[in-house]
Amino acid sequence: MWDYSDKVKEHFFNPKNAGAVADANAIGEVGSISCGDALRLTLKVDDASEVILDAGFQTFGCGSAIASSSVLTEIIKGMTIDEALKVTNQDIADHLEGLPPEKMHCSVMGREALQAAIANYRGEEWADDHEEGALICKCFAIDAVMIEEMVWANKLRTVQDVTNFTKAGGGCAACHEDIEAILEKVLAEKGEKFDPEAAPVAKPVVAEVKGPLTNLQRIKKIEQVLESLRPSLMADGGDVELVEVIGNTAYVNMTGACSGCQMAAMTIAGIQQRLMEVMGEFIKVVPASEMAKLVNIAA
Amino acid sequence: MTDIYLDNNATTKVDHAVVDVMIPYFLEQYGNPSSIHKFADGVARGLKQARQQVQNLIGCEHDSEIIFTSCGTESNSTAILSAIKAQPNKKEIITTTVEHPAILSLCEALEKEGYTIHRMPVDRAGRLNLEAYKKLLSDQVAIVSVMWANNETGTLFPVVEMAELAHAAGVMFHTDAVQAVGKIPMMLQDTKIDMLSLSGHKLHAPKGIGVLYLRRGTRYRPLLRGGHQDRGRRAGTENTASIVGLGKACELALEHIEYENTHVKAMRDRLERGITEQIPHCFITGDMNNRLPNTTDIAFEYIEGEAILMLLNKAGIAASSGSACTSGSLEPSHVMRAMDIPYTAAHGTIRFSFSRYNSMHEVDEVLKVMPGVVATLRKLSPYWDGNGPVANPEQAFKPTYA
Repeated sequence: MWDYSDKVKEHFFNPKNAGAVADANAIGEVGSISCGDALRLTLKVDDASEVILDAGFQTFGCGSAIASSSVLTEIIKGMTIDEALKVTNQDIADHLEGLPPEKMHCSVMGREALQAAIANYRGEEWADDHEEGALICKCFAIDAVMIEEMVWANKLRTVQDVTNFTKAGGGCAACHEDIEAILEKVLAEKGEKFDPEAAPVAKPVVAEVKGPLTNLQRIKKIEQVLESLRPSLMADGGDVELVEVIGNTAYVNMTGACSGCQMAAMTIAGIQQRLMEVMGEFIKVVPASEMAKLVNIAA
Repeated sequence: MTDIYLDNNATTKVDHAVVDVMIPYFLEQYGNPSSIHKFADGVARGLKQARQQVQNLIGCEHDSEIIFTSCGTESNSTAILSAIKAQPNKKEIITTTVEHPAILSLCEALEKEGYTIHRMPVDRAGRLNLEAYKKLLSDQVAIVSVMWANNETGTLFPVVEMAELAHAAGVMFHTDAVQAVGKIPMMLQDTKIDMLSLSGHKLHAPKGIGVLYLRRGTRYRPLLRGGHQDRGRRAGTENTASIVGLGKACELALEHIEYENTHVKAMRDRLERGITEQIPHCFITGDMNNRLPNTTDIAFEYIEGEAILMLLNKAGIAASSGSACTSGSLEPSHVMRAMDIPYTAAHGTIRFSFSRYNSMHEVDEVLKVMPGVVATLRKLSPYWDGNGPVANPEQAFKPTYA
């Protein structure tokens, strides 16, 4: 059984606004191809104020699909339709105190039903703006279609490239075989061959919010982030030491229990992720042992 | 009300008598069976006895045809990989569309390596076409692997007949019998089956123990090489306590095989009849006339399986579903798709699987709960209106799929 939050269970066992609104003037009917769930959302919108007076759902689907539908009707009642259009699938998931990554598409279906209903109210034709594929990376909820598009668009060649551009594969690494299969497929379509040793594709630097950092500022910032991560590393009997920063690459030594630990690669990926989030720019974290190779090449 | 466990095709409770025979192998006879001292001197005898107990249940000719593995999946992989390694010039494998992932995923991987996989389709009742099967058999085929009983519907395949046909064509035959062993009688020595997989935890032994039956004389290449365990056919220190437990479980299964096919079957039949009589718009999937005695798989139209399971769980009833949403992968059940079950029904399939630990009283309890569960969810369904499905359900509700 899925590890559903109490909120999901609450909305599933006691759904709110189940059934169709009798005198609805906005109807959205959408389904999720990845699991076959489907939802009809009916709204009663006040024509003068465009406020959603009533909302009802009918769902053919699993526990989290029913819970997502139920919580959606609660969120949007009383909103104007312009306000409602700002509701994201993340909002739906947040109201449910989170959904398992495999079930995030239930919240997407909720948002799409809302968009479809509002388009219906305005006499517009609703068109889906995204295609959903099989879930590949469960850590960051990245699907196959997303990975394929990024491989095409950015000429990605290795699993590391895919992780750098999409985050997929940056967590537990269990999906690396699947990512390789996608790379093999797309590269074959382009008439190329997958080479796991191919040189990395440079990721465009993410636009910085607070202006470019000087190298010194960058080093200080990296130190701060490492300091904040240190307690959790030390709890596992390990530690991390910053050795050098060259451009966007931070060279670190994993020490204590982290050194030689099979999880070291994953820990480094986690540190890199955190650094990128905090600094708003692409940072590559590399074991300091790799630095020797760099020096040799330079020499 | 105590909880009711009707998910015995997923796994079973370990029998008390099985636990009892295992304990000495943790605390007293914990020596390595290969050692020569008093901590190990009873172990070899225990293993020998277990081998005979398994032999008696599946009716094979020699106890040396039993190889202990870690699970059904290992047995399946060993069988297929052995067949292709031993016959490197044969590049085809015959199987079915409704096998367990333990077979299908392996075949998919072998397909990428250049093997041709023939996946035989089934009809709406889950049956194979033997004429089509005969045409596939050739000297290019390394192995046929066909399950004895389907885990979702309980439908039995005619593996004895299929093994004869394979044998006549000079092709090796393997069957994944993890759902069948212990539920239906079998006498392997009277068949042409070359290899058979079974799994302990499906018949009241612990998880983590399985068997590959390997007919004497069948060409074989081990999956795990190393020590001399199981005569070098499966290296790795024996899981002694579990092997002894599996032996006891096989002995008990053999004792209860008639009970399974009378009393357990009667419970299944009563549940099935009660549900189909009380609840409109539901039907039984698979081959009703040729099934395991303990399994029923019922499709409840216009609602979804995971939601049904969650409500059943709240009522203290454990079952499982062929719905997409209950599996981690989100893939809808390939068995339901293979049988061409309509989409609005395939998502609402619930499998109830019994064991000798269940009782008629439990069946009655489930029959009290089930109509309410289905009605609750149908009230939420866009395909349902009041007391029945909307007119032309497929037309009345046509969502845009993304």
